[in-house]
Amino acid sequence: MHFVVNGGEVDLTFDPRTSLLDMLREQLHLFGAKKGCNQGACGACTVLVDGERINSCLALAVQYQDRQITTIEGLGSVGSLHPLQAAFVDHDGFQCGYCTPGQICSAVAMAEELKRGVPSFVSEDVSAEGFSPTDEELRERMSGNLCRCGAYNGIVDAIQETFGATEAEPGKREAA
Amino acid sequence: MVPFIYERASDRRSALSSGARAGAKYLGGGTNLVDLMRETIERPDVLVDVTGLSCGIEETGDGGLAIGAGVRNTVLASDRRVRERYPVLSQAILAGASAQIRNMATVGGNLMQRTRCGYFYDDAAHCNKREPGAGCDAMEGFNRNHAILGASSSCVATYPSDMAVALAALDAVVTVEGQDGAREVPLSTFHRLPGETPQIETVLQPGELITAVTLPPEGFAGRSTYRKVRDRASYAFALISVAAALDVEGGAVKDVRIALGGVAHKPWRANSAEAALRNGPTTEAAFRAAAEVELAAAHGLRDNAFKIELATRVITDTLCKLAALQETV
Repeated sequence: MHFVVNGGEVDLTFDPRTSLLDMLREQLHLFGAKKGCNQGACGACTVLVDGERINSCLALAVQYQDRQITTIEGLGSVGSLHPLQAAFVDHDGFQCGYCTPGQICSAVAMAEELKRGVPSFVSEDVSAEGFSPTDEELRERMSGNLCRCGAYNGIVDAIQETFGATEAEPGKREAA
Repeated sequence: MVPFIYERASDRRSALSSGARAGAKYLGGGTNLVDLMRETIERPDVLVDVTGLSCGIEETGDGGLAIGAGVRNTVLASDRRVRERYPVLSQAILAGASAQIRNMATVGGNLMQRTRCGYFYDDAAHCNKREPGAGCDAMEGFNRNHAILGASSSCVATYPSDMAVALAALDAVVTVEGQDGAREVPLSTFHRLPGETPQIETVLQPGELITAVTLPPEGFAGRSTYRKVRDRASYAFALISVAAALDVEGGAVKDVRIALGGVAHKPWRANSAEAALRNGPTTEAAFRAAAEVELAAAHGLRDNAFKIELATRVITDTLCKLAALQETV
């Protein structure tokens, strides 16, 4: 079976019961995506497929042959952090760090969803000129990623700084 | 997970032919089925991947929309035509699950998702749905999230979809295909009440595949809403949800649609409440009285009796807001 992971091509053979998460971790030794709940409740396993975020624990790997799979290892590296990774460091967007790769993959895809005008339960229309997501908007869109350390305030600030309005200052934003 | 053979269907005909084999199951986004297979609650011998089929949203010619069963939940909720003409459907989808799951989940798979009853998932518990005849531990157990309408002595599980509640209110029609051809089933009769056979959840026959969901021309844009009450603000199943639409003319109810989620083994179309409201006044008292008519048959268990009053209030308040919306237009 042929897979494209972080821009590289690999051919693998495995049992069809293998989840995409287990394939990434056990076969390719990409340990960034985490196995938290293994049932789609926590988001620690979030990766991107063709730029869209999914729960890799609920995905059978065989379904994702020939798709562009991106993990946290494909977004940044030590010495060359993705801007959102740097913002997580600046804003204390984590304590233990277990949920962080999933949070960052999820937020990167969320920013693309906002650009494409994908609505949310909070905002049905995000296509307006100058639209800037409120903290409430980000929390709704990131609700599939749990952080048991409770670093949510730092996570929201890091995402606002990276993808929110350019003038945004942490703690000084008001709900639109 | 029990071993299975994976087959990716290249077209509908090959899907139906693979799906007709004993022990075969269709695979959409997998967000529920893969989890149930991991728990060995689902044990298919053959998994027929249909995610590449029926992925379009098309005009029907009479002003409706035909949604392919393989359309992803995010795509459906984002579609400009759906948002403009059927906003209650977009709202309901966005009220459910997380962005990751909505990206994976298909329309057909959403309709086929199974209950989130904890006793159904727990193989140490008795569950008539998982093992017919075993008994139901939810009946005397932790049943806060369970059904208040249409339940039986065999099963008090609820059906978890938000999307289907909006589809029920909109009078959507499900197209299912088997090797003998296609047939159409109204969404409101697609799912079954548990009765004595809670393991049978829909009217699908073995081997049949959902291929489309069709929305009729009337979408109640501007006078409909999806209201969801849950234990946390996002990413939680409904305690009570209401998909409602209200047409007011000359101060009276011209047309009304009410469907409830979180209350039964299926999306619950509130036919009695609708009948009580039609041609009547648009007052809070009338709305409350109609909601009480619908909930008159409700039965509360140890932990979920609060849902009877909660549903009554949520219906009443939702209709009040829709009525107020039309007074200001």
